[in-house]
Amino acid sequence: MNIVSAIKARLVIIVPYIWLLFFFLLPFLLVLKIALSDLEYGQPPYAPQFSFSDGWGEFWSKLTSLDLENFIFLIGDSLYINSYLSSLQIAFVSTVLTLLIGFPLAYGMARAPDGLRPILLMLVILPFWTSFLIRVYAWIGILKQEGLLNQLLLWLGLIHTPLEILSTNKAVYIGIIYSYLPFMVLPIYSTLEKMDESLVEAARDLGCTRIGAFWKVTARLAVPGILAGCLLVFIPAVGEFVIPDLLGGSGTLMIGKTLWIEFFNNSDWTVASALAIILLIVLVVPIVWFQNAQARATEQSR
Amino acid sequence: MPSLGSIRRSFTPWDDPGAKPYISFQNVTKRFGSFVAVENLSLDVYEREFFSLLGPSGCGKTTLLRMLAGFEEPTEGELFLDGQPLKGVPPHKRPVNMMFQSYALFPHMSVADNIAFGLKQDGMEKAARDERVQQMLKLVKLEEFARRKPHQLSGGQRQRVALARSVAKRPKLLILDEPLGALDKKLREETQFELMDLQQELGLTFMIVTHDQEEAMTMSDRIAVMDKGIIVQTGTPVEIYEAPNSRYVADFIGSVNTLEGKVESSNGDRVVLDGPDGKITGALREAAINKGATAWFAIRPEKIGISRTRPEGAVNAFEGEVWDIAYLGDMTVLNVKLGSGAVVQAAMLNRFRLVEEPIGYDERVWLTFGAESGIVLDR
Repeated sequence: MNIVSAIKARLVIIVPYIWLLFFFLLPFLLVLKIALSDLEYGQPPYAPQFSFSDGWGEFWSKLTSLDLENFIFLIGDSLYINSYLSSLQIAFVSTVLTLLIGFPLAYGMARAPDGLRPILLMLVILPFWTSFLIRVYAWIGILKQEGLLNQLLLWLGLIHTPLEILSTNKAVYIGIIYSYLPFMVLPIYSTLEKMDESLVEAARDLGCTRIGAFWKVTARLAVPGILAGCLLVFIPAVGEFVIPDLLGGSGTLMIGKTLWIEFFNNSDWTVASALAIILLIVLVVPIVWFQNAQARATEQSR
Repeated sequence: MPSLGSIRRSFTPWDDPGAKPYISFQNVTKRFGSFVAVENLSLDVYEREFFSLLGPSGCGKTTLLRMLAGFEEPTEGELFLDGQPLKGVPPHKRPVNMMFQSYALFPHMSVADNIAFGLKQDGMEKAARDERVQQMLKLVKLEEFARRKPHQLSGGQRQRVALARSVAKRPKLLILDEPLGALDKKLREETQFELMDLQQELGLTFMIVTHDQEEAMTMSDRIAVMDKGIIVQTGTPVEIYEAPNSRYVADFIGSVNTLEGKVESSNGDRVVLDGPDGKITGALREAAINKGATAWFAIRPEKIGISRTRPEGAVNAFEGEVWDIAYLGDMTVLNVKLGSGAVVQAAMLNRFRLVEEPIGYDERVWLTFGAESGIVLDR
C-alpha cells in the first residue's frame, strides 16, 4: 500500500520534470552546444554538427572540438559587455519607475470600494486583449515628432518645439513601464488586498502617524508583492527586444537587440547563442534570490 | 473573586452627582452616508469603571468605540476625555489604546516586538522598554513565547498578546472590541476573570464592546444596552436584569416571558393588567401608566413557581399544560401552554437528586408568582 502510494506521489512530480526536461533543459543544451561550436558558412552556419550516423571516434573528436571561444570573444569586445550593462541599467530604472507608478495604483485599487475592485482589476488586465506588438506600435504614433503627445502639448502651449522622445531611451522607458505595469500592479494588489486593515489602525492607535503606519505596516507587509512585481518586470525587461527595436534609437543598446543583430544580420548563431547563455545566467541569479525571498516570506506569514 | 465583589460594591460614581465623568459623549451623532450609526447619544463613563456596550451587530456599539479611539469623528455632538475635547485629536495622540476584535497583531514581528511597538513609538529607552515588555509578558503569562511569531500561537495566546500590547503603554483608558469573541467557551470564562483582575491591578478604565450578554453581566460595573444607534438602557447588571425598561432590554439579557394585557387599574406601584388568561398584578417600573393602555408583564423563568395544585393566597396564578421539558442538570425548564395559547417558560432549580414524581409532559400545572417578581413595561 505504502509503496504504491509512494510511487503514485512520485509520478505526479514526474510530469512537471518531464515538461522541464523537454521544454527547458533540452533546448538549453542545444543552444549551449551551438554556443560552444565554431562559426562556419553553411546551413546551419556552425560546426561541428552531430549526427546519428557518427561513429564513436567521430563523435568524440566532434565533442572535443567544442570550446569556449565564443565566450572569450564576447568578453573581449566591449560592445557586448556594454549591451549587458545598458540592458541591466534600463531594466533597473524601468523597474523602479514602474514600482513608483504601480504601488500607488495597487494601493488605490486595494482600498477601493468592494464593488469597484473587480472593474479596476479588469481595467488593469484590459490591455492584454490587444496584441503586445500592436500596442508598442501605437506608442510610435503617440511619441513621434508630430504624434499625439506633441500635438497635445503644443496645443496646450506647454511647449513651443516638439519634444524628441521617439528613438531615444526615454521612449524605451515609457514602452517598458507601459507594457509591464500590470505585472507590477497585480502582485502588489494581491498582497495589499489580503492585508487586515485593522493592522494599520492598531499601529496608529499605538502611536504611529498615518505615514509612519504606512511604512511600518502597509509597505512592510507588501514586500513579498513588491519583490514579485519587481522581478516580473525586471527579468523580461532585461531581455526585451521589441520595445527597444521599435521605440529606441540607434543609441539604444540592449542585449535583446544585439542578439537579434548577431543572429539575423550577421548570421552568427554561435555568438548569438553565447549571448543568450550569458543572459540566462545573469537572470538566474535574481530568480534564485527571489525564490529564497519568497520562501522566507511564506515562512513568515504562515 | 470575593475581594473583588466587596471592592466593587462600594464603587458607584454614577450615583454621585458631584463625580466628574472620565468619558463623556454629548449628543453624539454619526452618519455614514444616509445610514445613521449613532443617533444623538449621550453617555458618561467614570474613571476606573468597567463599562460594557451591549447590543446586536450593527447597533452602533463599535462605531462608538472607534470614535473614542479616533478612527471616526462624530458627525454631530462632542466627545470629552478627562474633560478635554477629543475633536480633531488623531488616534496616536489620544491617551487611549484599543484591543481589536481581530487582535491585529503585526504578523512580521515577534510577540516581544509586538508588545514593544507602542513603546518604541513613544521613544522609550531600550532598557526601560525591555523591562516593560518582560513585565507585560509576565502579566499575561507568556514569558516563554517572547520570540514566537503570532502565527505560531494559539487563539488564546494571541488574545493575550493583543491585550499585553494594548496595555503596555499604560493608557488611562483601554477600549476592547469583542475581546473574547474568538475564544471557545471555557477559555472565554477564564479570560473574563483575568480581564477583571487586570483592570483592578492596573487601575484602568475599561470600555468593552460585546454582543454576549453573559460576558457583559460577569465583568461590568455598568452596561449600556444599544439598539439601532441609541442606548436603550444604562445600568448595573442587576438593574438591567431585574428592572429592564423595555421588552427589548428584558429580552436581550437572559430569558423572559412577556404577557400582554390592558391596564385595568394602577394603585401606587401596583398595576393590574387584564390579559387573555386573566388578571395579572405586577410592579410598575415607570412613574405612571394610563388606564386602558397596552402593557406587558415581564417575568424571568426562574421567578415562576410550579405546582400541581393551586397554591393558597397566590397573587398571580395561571393553569396550563406542560408542553416541553428541558432538563439542564442544574435546573429543569418547562414550557407551559396557557389557555390562550401563550407559552410561558418556567425554570425549576433541581435541589434534590431524586424526585419521586417529576412533572411530565401534558400534565396540567399551576404557575404562580408574586406581584414583585415581575415588572410591568409600557414598551
